Amino acid sequence: MTTREWLLTESPSSRMQARLGRSYRVWRALIRNPLAVVGAIIILALVILALFAPFFATHSPYTGQLTQRLLPPSGDYLLGTDELGRDIWSRIVYGARITLVIVLLVGAIAAPLGLFLGAISGYFGGWTDRILMGITDVFLSMPKLILALAFVAALGPGIENAVIAIAITSWPAYARIARAETLTLRNSEFIAAVRLQGASALRVILRHIIPLCTSSVIIRVTLDMAGIILTAAGLGFLGLGAQPPLPEWGAMISRGRSFILDQWWVATMPGFAIVIVSLGFCFLGDGLRDVLDPKSGAKS
Amino acid sequence: MSAISLTNVSIAYGGNTVVHDASFEVAPGESFALVGESGSGKSTVLRAITGLAPEWTGEIALLGKPRGRTIDRAFAAECQMVFQDPYGSLHPRQTVDATLSEPLAIHGIKGADRRVPEMMAACGLDPKFRFRLPHQLSGGQRQRVAIARALMLEPKVLLLDEPTSALDVSVQAEILNLLKRLRREQGLTYILVTHDLPVVSFLCDRMAVMKAGRIVEIAPVSALADDGLTSDYARELVEKSRSGLA
Repeated sequence: MTTREWLLTESPSSRMQARLGRSYRVWRALIRNPLAVVGAIIILALVILALFAPFFATHSPYTGQLTQRLLPPSGDYLLGTDELGRDIWSRIVYGARITLVIVLLVGAIAAPLGLFLGAISGYFGGWTDRILMGITDVFLSMPKLILALAFVAALGPGIENAVIAIAITSWPAYARIARAETLTLRNSEFIAAVRLQGASALRVILRHIIPLCTSSVIIRVTLDMAGIILTAAGLGFLGLGAQPPLPEWGAMISRGRSFILDQWWVATMPGFAIVIVSLGFCFLGDGLRDVLDPKSGAKS
Repeated sequence: MSAISLTNVSIAYGGNTVVHDASFEVAPGESFALVGESGSGKSTVLRAITGLAPEWTGEIALLGKPRGRTIDRAFAAECQMVFQDPYGSLHPRQTVDATLSEPLAIHGIKGADRRVPEMMAACGLDPKFRFRLPHQLSGGQRQRVAIARALMLEPKVLLLDEPTSALDVSVQAEILNLLKRLRREQGLTYILVTHDLPVVSFLCDRMAVMKAGRIVEIAPVSALADDGLTSDYARELVEKSRSGLA
């Protein structure tokens, strides 16, 4: 029996084999989707760049030579240099770390928070639902960037505060999704069956409802990553995110703005980085939606 | 002491009373049927006993202990339910193994690795199904899993809500035989809700006929064969069933 057959068998003989088999099916469906593969490659490239930044960077991201300032792209300076003579390619490579940290932290804070609150709200209904969804609506009705701006203005500029601000503004969408999914699930017979076995509400929510909401939230988070990167870049552009000399992409665009007519590469190169990474997350999110969608998932 | 007793139980959904003054007693080891047309409130009686329909008045007692309106673990260990639709009553993303281990985990019972295969064997499920997901099983196999799940806690009373009506005729017979055998082997008490009178004569000892939320007659199942039913509605139901209408 080949590994492939072992993974795809209809009658797995252990918990481990069943789990691996399911992951393998998802993986197979994902690599059949060309856009998802492109997205995954972009994200993978971003992760590798961030992890091995010193290896890929050709110069220091922080110190430049003023004699070499505002040079156009060349063999020595792949993407040119900025107004302080720093290599833009090296700064973009190190900036990948900041972008990745922001995206991961926001995802790790906002998604579980939204998922949990939404599931509680949908499962209990009544007053719990009204209060939680009221709070959610308040956050949803405020423009994201403005709210993030207000938070950063109150807490002070910096990456940590930018992350907190973006997380606080992005959880309500996940809470809404999780609540909507929970409402369709909570009266189903398999939930009634678990309740009849004496399961506590917490157990029903954590072990039976949340796993079924997770795939739609994961898809939404992946699609939102582009928005999170743009918000982070927007905060950076306004000088409220990462502070100089950190090579944050939005801040780099902001610095290059003054030279945009004569030295276009200073603002454009980090712009390209943002576009490519955002696109990567969007492609991956679309691919994941095709693979993880609960309605189509039953067939795979 | 009766396994289940209902005294003047009225059940409502959102203030709307759907079952009026239902009273009956089921002896331990007995198999009792609730029959009637769709909407006569027979499933609602089961939901009230389990606590899924908490808006009721009157008295419900399980094995001599009065029932509250909530679901608690002590109740769960003594009384379980099998649902009508095996396609909706199993968690779509959990393997058979996870579904059957869950009741043990909730009640802190050890030894799932031994008990799950044992129960699968008792319910006629091949061990190779253990790590499959529900969508990889047929309707009859799913219903066997649902029955196995209900029996994992070794309850004394099993509530069956039209356990065969969503299945093919050939599979129905298998499930009915399984239920009959399990009852004999484990000394279970059944309350079966159905609109299918042949199922009643196959599986049950006594039956209550329901119409528009009221119990119109309680009779032994033998009355189906020897025309012993007294109420007009029950006779009508039997007539319909014989002519293949019900």
